[in-house]
Amino acid sequence: MSATDLVATARAAMEPAGPLAAAPTLGEARRTMEICNACRYCEGFCPVFPAMERRRAFSAGDLGHLANLCHNCKGCWYACQYAPPHEFGLNLPKTFSELRVESYAAFAWPAGLGRLFERNGLWVWLLTALVMAAEMIGSALLIDGAVMTGVHTGPGAFYAVIPHETMVALGLLTFGWAVLAMIVGGVRYWRACGGGGVMVGDVVQALREAGTTRHLGGAGDGCNDVDERFGMGRRWFHLATMWGFLLCFASTSVATVMDYGLGWQAPYSWYSAPVVLGTIGGVMLTLGTAGLFWLKLEADAEPTAKRRFGMDYAFIALLFWVAVTGLALLFFRHTSAMGWLLAIHLGFVFALFLALPYGKFVHGIYRTMALARDVAERRQEPIT
Amino acid sequence: MVDPGKRYDLLVAGGGNAALCAAISAAEQGATVLVCEAAPKGFRGGNSRHTRNLRAAHDGPTDVLVESYSEAEYFDDLMRVTMGKTNETLARLAIAESKHVPEWMHARGMRFQGSLGGTLSLARTNPFFLGGGKALLNVWYLHAAKLGIDVWYDTEVVGLEVDDGFFHAAKLRSRGFEARVEARALVAAAGGFQANVEWLEEAWGPAARNFLIRGTPYAKGSLLRQLLDRGAAQVGEPDQCHAVAIDARAPKFDGGIATRLDCVPFAIVVNANAERFYDEGEDFWPKRYAIWGRLVAKQPGQIGFAILDSKAIELFMPSIFPPEVDDSVRGLAAKLGLDPAALQATVDRYNAACAQAGPFDPAVRDGRRTTGLAPDKTNWARPIDQPPYYGYPLRPGITFTYLGVRVDEGARIIMADDRPAANMWAAGEIMAGNILGQGYLAGIGMTIGTVFGRIAGERAAAHVRN
Repeated sequence: MSATDLVATARAAMEPAGPLAAAPTLGEARRTMEICNACRYCEGFCPVFPAMERRRAFSAGDLGHLANLCHNCKGCWYACQYAPPHEFGLNLPKTFSELRVESYAAFAWPAGLGRLFERNGLWVWLLTALVMAAEMIGSALLIDGAVMTGVHTGPGAFYAVIPHETMVALGLLTFGWAVLAMIVGGVRYWRACGGGGVMVGDVVQALREAGTTRHLGGAGDGCNDVDERFGMGRRWFHLATMWGFLLCFASTSVATVMDYGLGWQAPYSWYSAPVVLGTIGGVMLTLGTAGLFWLKLEADAEPTAKRRFGMDYAFIALLFWVAVTGLALLFFRHTSAMGWLLAIHLGFVFALFLALPYGKFVHGIYRTMALARDVAERRQEPIT
Repeated sequence: MVDPGKRYDLLVAGGGNAALCAAISAAEQGATVLVCEAAPKGFRGGNSRHTRNLRAAHDGPTDVLVESYSEAEYFDDLMRVTMGKTNETLARLAIAESKHVPEWMHARGMRFQGSLGGTLSLARTNPFFLGGGKALLNVWYLHAAKLGIDVWYDTEVVGLEVDDGFFHAAKLRSRGFEARVEARALVAAAGGFQANVEWLEEAWGPAARNFLIRGTPYAKGSLLRQLLDRGAAQVGEPDQCHAVAIDARAPKFDGGIATRLDCVPFAIVVNANAERFYDEGEDFWPKRYAIWGRLVAKQPGQIGFAILDSKAIELFMPSIFPPEVDDSVRGLAAKLGLDPAALQATVDRYNAACAQAGPFDPAVRDGRRTTGLAPDKTNWARPIDQPPYYGYPLRPGITFTYLGVRVDEGARIIMADDRPAANMWAAGEIMAGNILGQGYLAGIGMTIGTVFGRIAGERAAAHVRN
């Protein structure tokens, strides 16, 4: 690539919606929004439609924003007079699902890794298998085969299986990489799909709406979880998953402080903060992900982007196994199973970290950013 | 599933709002009910699928309506649009009952919202269905299933066994097969005949071929024809209907709300000869849209063209079909298939007649009018002089026809000899002509359907209990 090419590429990347401009679903999303904007019956379901009504034309950035603002509650699909078999054949939940994944790929960093969103389920599981294998072989071979099946108790027991430095280094490396990649992705997203005039209060409000999954409530009756009936199942399962994940994350953070700040080494007692947080979080995560998985299996196929389900299943399953192996580790940490359980649990954790920027997890980041832009727009331009 | 041997208390012919209201209220009284919907499930609900609100009287602000809308005002509005061509008893009944309709729907699972963006003029009079008419139908069909109502899709009533006003049985065509079903009562709620172009031609002549049908293609009027043939009294004129001007590029059937064009008050509208034919600025569009279908229908070739300039293009709801655009009026005319010189002359005459200065205000009838034109434009008249110029083609879009069967206050069908039918009731478009002799009032179709659907269901259930 010549220097001029490099400059041109860089310039294209700087342009609004640059990376998204080639998304294959943009055309269908634009056609859909133009028809929806002349109909507006769904205005009461969610913030997407009022946001649409603030516009007459839809740039790539607008469409990326609207797609990421969509919570996929499917209320609009079941209410749509233009859904198939109508000749207009609108399918907004599916179209926006597709465009969302295309936006994840477009804004992924490094740019080439956006391709991982194609056949994402396969890649995530290959990655998990690789991480797991590397880690087990590493533990078993590099340390001592007998260590894996021994019984270890007392402070520092875990580090007998996987040395402290190794564990910390792997954690920092994988998690640090994920955080870096997601920050860059977020910046790239905001450059293309973000809006002006977002204030601190807007972000706080957006976090509140994300944290309560307010818009999975639809207009109050919940989502069309499975069919034309409304229900709160998806909202509760999602809340359990999200807060379960955050509690587990809090558990790890507290444990880090206890280890480094106070010099108390894991394993911790049943009543310690990390174990309580992790146990509650783990149970919520297990139930939440199992519920989401079940709803996905049950749901009508038509308004879904079926070919993208691999990504959803991979992420849900990874979270589920992190939670289940974490709980198993807690219950069996004083037995000879601890060595292998620890290796398996950490394998899932490290794989989850590595996959964070290249899987379903990023929806939380882009959704929150879309909400922040939307909150600002609601404040600046209320719909009358 | 389909069990032609089963004998029902009530057969409801039709699957829209009126039909389901009748079925639900009858089932709530304990009647066994069969609903025969001519459309497949994906198109169920007739024109109700395309609706978005109903018109309801109320004495004070509600959760979704502002201020109040008295029965007297409602009735005055109806008299104004119908020019008095209404059955006053039935009209007053529909209006009085409209007060209870939102609550009745809400109690069965329907939710409402305030007026949608761009429909502020209805905020006082029309509660909107959350998600629109198809969402309402979803609620009705779910509720019907809970009540044990049988629903057969793809099932049209093709024959009626009626003996001197007494209904015995119906012949059905159900998913390609003939069937016969007996019931102790019939509710006819199968819509108008607007999707039957041959029937429209009887009233309108060949012009009817240029009409677009805004709603369901299943409203062929076959049940209406059978009822009239079996001695039901007719009400309404065959050429009266709810017709609006819509984008000429809309699909022949089922285009629904998204094909409307709200630009007329901010444009001039010319016919195929590039001549204006009516005051585009007579009143706000929601108060005038229902006369423009007939206006365009009376023009040569049943087509009109709204012409506007760049000042006006953002003043109305976006449309799904892009306008023709050109930097000159003549160029625009060529793209629209109009005589360039003729359109230029019309625009020049109009612009010259816009001499009166005065503030332009789309939010009020600003009185900014032309003088000396035939016809004049009496509000929002600004010169068309800032390129690019835009043009939208318009055609009549038929929503539903008014010719129907006569009914009494109990929604019972009246026979041609003025006696009430023994066990046949009607609700919805098939009898709306009792109240709508002409003209239209936004949302009243759903009010009529709900009110008379409920009454028909209750009375039919009471009849079969005796």
